[in-house]
Amino acid sequence: MLFKESFSMAFTALLANKMRSLLTMLGIIIGVGAVIAMVSVGMGVKSDVVSSISSLGSNMLIVSPGSTNRGGVRGAAGSRTNLKYDDAVAIKEKVKNIDFVSPSVSRSYQIVYGNQNWNSSVMGVTPEYMSIRSLEVSTGSFVSESDNNKRNRVAVIGSTVATNLFGTTNPVGQNIRVNNQPFKVIGVLESKGQSSMGQDQDDVVIVPLTTAMERLMAMDYVSSVNIQVSDANKMDQVQEDIEVLLRQRHKIIGGKEDDFNVRNMTSLMETMSQTTTMLTILLGSIAGISLVVGGIGIMNIMMVSVTERTREIGIRKALGATFQNIMMQFLIESVVIGVIGGIIGIGLGCGLSMLVGKFGNFTTVITPLPVFVSFSFSVGIGLFFGIYPARKAAKLDPIEALRYE
Amino acid sequence: MGNIEKITISLRGIKKLYKVGDQEVAALNGIDLDIKEGEFAALMGPSGSGKSTLMNILGCLDRPSVGSYKLDGQEVAHLSDDMLAKTRNQKIGFVFQNFNLLSRISALENVALPLVYAGVDSDEREERAMYFLEQVGLADRADHQPNELSGGQRQRVAIARALVNDPQIIMADEPTGNLDTKSTKEIMEIFQSMHEKGRTIILVTHEPDIAVCASRQLLVRDGVITRDEGKGVVLDVV
Repeated sequence: MLFKESFSMAFTALLANKMRSLLTMLGIIIGVGAVIAMVSVGMGVKSDVVSSISSLGSNMLIVSPGSTNRGGVRGAAGSRTNLKYDDAVAIKEKVKNIDFVSPSVSRSYQIVYGNQNWNSSVMGVTPEYMSIRSLEVSTGSFVSESDNNKRNRVAVIGSTVATNLFGTTNPVGQNIRVNNQPFKVIGVLESKGQSSMGQDQDDVVIVPLTTAMERLMAMDYVSSVNIQVSDANKMDQVQEDIEVLLRQRHKIIGGKEDDFNVRNMTSLMETMSQTTTMLTILLGSIAGISLVVGGIGIMNIMMVSVTERTREIGIRKALGATFQNIMMQFLIESVVIGVIGGIIGIGLGCGLSMLVGKFGNFTTVITPLPVFVSFSFSVGIGLFFGIYPARKAAKLDPIEALRYE
Repeated sequence: MGNIEKITISLRGIKKLYKVGDQEVAALNGIDLDIKEGEFAALMGPSGSGKSTLMNILGCLDRPSVGSYKLDGQEVAHLSDDMLAKTRNQKIGFVFQNFNLLSRISALENVALPLVYAGVDSDEREERAMYFLEQVGLADRADHQPNELSGGQRQRVAIARALVNDPQIIMADEPTGNLDTKSTKEIMEIFQSMHEKGRTIILVTHEPDIAVCASRQLLVRDGVITRDEGKGVVLDVV
């Protein structure tokens, strides 16, 4: 009842003390703004991490050799040499729900073009690698099946390598030397930027797997096998199948340790996104504290306002205002502070996060959820911290209130 | 004069007791009083006599400890706070010594305030408030805030406010206490004309020359009514 009137009373009262109302709102403005800005930074970090992990390839399993163990001295992970190209072929043939299998080898070499040189990681891969890692070729073409079969000396280079060796020249068709062997550049990869670990994903030279193994590195084993699973829900099943298959092939029985590792990119993604979610929550709750402090500010000012307006309350009661009328009037006043503060805070928070996104080194993501939550929180705070002063006002005895000087 | 005189206010055995320490003090000690519709009664008495307490009870701002108070035939002595508020809103118009207008809103809004709590919609509120402002001759000051008005004008606004919800009784507590002679005269003329129109008025004052304007004088002393003069004088409703 008397909703409209209560609102106009609230606005009249707030306008009568503009500076005070503004300062009270400031607590809420800063609180809401901070929550939105902080959460948007947190969400930005999360989206960065998720997108960089998924740019590694989605639904991906990576099989890598285990560590060596000679007389109890264990080598580094991946130092074993028993993961073979045939293992990859067998996985492709025997395990279901797999889209692509791409074995790869990698080693660092000096790359030379003309009088320029550059040290980069050279990877030997099969053509399927392109699909698995969602790579794009900006000019030229990727390693083909026939390149792989014929052990052609061709190379696809990342944009960092291209810039460092060729500058502005088009690298496609040029010859580079890798470990003193001539390779023809057939393509340049689309830039993928930094990985989540801060690695430059464009600093790479890709050559056919067979060429790398036999002509360049003289290896009869592969350093990893990338596997793309067709369905994210089948990841665990496929992982298990691969483990069983490889244990069979490597003749590991009983409780003996695997001599390989199967890593799951989704679990990495989950961990990372969990971590960043925690970070977001942490940032949000720290900012949320300022929102609560803002609420206490509202309560404080409402208490002062009730005391100041004791006589007004007395007059209103004498003229027939009920407990509910007075309660409503003061409650709406504090809720209006919360609402206006919340709206300005949303503006401030969004503006702040856009500024940070534009000028800072962060990606910021504004989603409706924190905006909605912090806004309803600010309204709720206005309501909650308004209840006590409003009750105090509504319970005043009209005779004493009228006598109040 | 009608044959059946309607009794607006009927007090029976009203007592108001306060606890001071472990002693009970009676501010009102057994008041019996009838006020008929259309009476203009002045309530007098020195401070501490219980006059204010009686006025608070008559105005439904307070409840008696003991006794019965029938206002317009309805027992109001022991109503809840909210019911008392509703009763004040509908049946009583207040005029205070220090005007008690809200300072931040216009004269018109002040007059309309009781109608807000009566749940009257805003168009009708404005119309009725304007009508009563015209009655007290302040139609041209409707948009002024109280601090832009003189004391006499403020009190006229307050009277318009008291009248706006068409109450059974007007309670005036020292309405001329803060006014100069000229304004006092104006205000008392308004009360007189209200009386002539058949309003029931209770005027609390300690000034005898104000009290004589009323048709009936009640003297309160030590919590009881000690004198009651001019009882039952009701002007013919013209």
